[in-house]
Amino acid sequence: MTNYMNLFLEIILGILALAAVAGFLRLARGPSLPDRVVAFDLLATVGVGISAVYSMAHNQPVFLDVAVVLALISFVGTVAFARYIEERLKGGTL
Amino acid sequence: MKQLLTLILVGGGSLFVLLAAIGLLRMPDLFTRMHPSSKAATLGTVLILAGIAVHFEDGAIAVRAVLICLFLFLTAPVATHVIARAGFLSGVPLAEETAIDELSGRYDLETHFLGCPPAGAEEE
Repeated sequence: MTNYMNLFLEIILGILALAAVAGFLRLARGPSLPDRVVAFDLLATVGVGISAVYSMAHNQPVFLDVAVVLALISFVGTVAFARYIEERLKGGTL
Repeated sequence: MKQLLTLILVGGGSLFVLLAAIGLLRMPDLFTRMHPSSKAATLGTVLILAGIAVHFEDGAIAVRAVLICLFLFLTAPVATHVIARAGFLSGVPLAEETAIDELSGRYDLETHFLGCPPAGAEEE
């Protein structure tokens, strides 16, 4: 049963990697800056999922701390990008 | 039994995350792309974290999983709203299929303040 579990977790990691590839495609394609920021946000969420599944597959709970920090940092990054886009429109100083 | 529950939760969660990524790739414009990236991805991650809390059967890890879920539930709507607002103000084009744009003309483009009357409303 444990072997099946490990195989299953490897498949899950593969699915999440596919999701990351799709996110990177949108990040490269754009077409506008907000589109890229949305793709970046999704990539951070996928990263949270990957580090969580990795902690399970290799039995190392430390990686959950990585997920906590990643969830926080991605929010700050997204809000900073949004503020940058808006302030650039106003033509004011950032 | 525990492994079956973990399997269902983590597998379902990863499928939701994959669906979110496909939606992000295939949706026609910025505002529809936000639906999968905020809702489906959050649901998928929360399911994965629930599976991990079940798998480890440890209080400290369950608390961490709940903490991440709380962060996601608090931050995902705020981040999506802020990006949608910035995108709308910077004039990102809507999809061709869009039927109605109730926000058009209601933002003061100088101050970015939402409060102008809707187009076609009578001035009093």
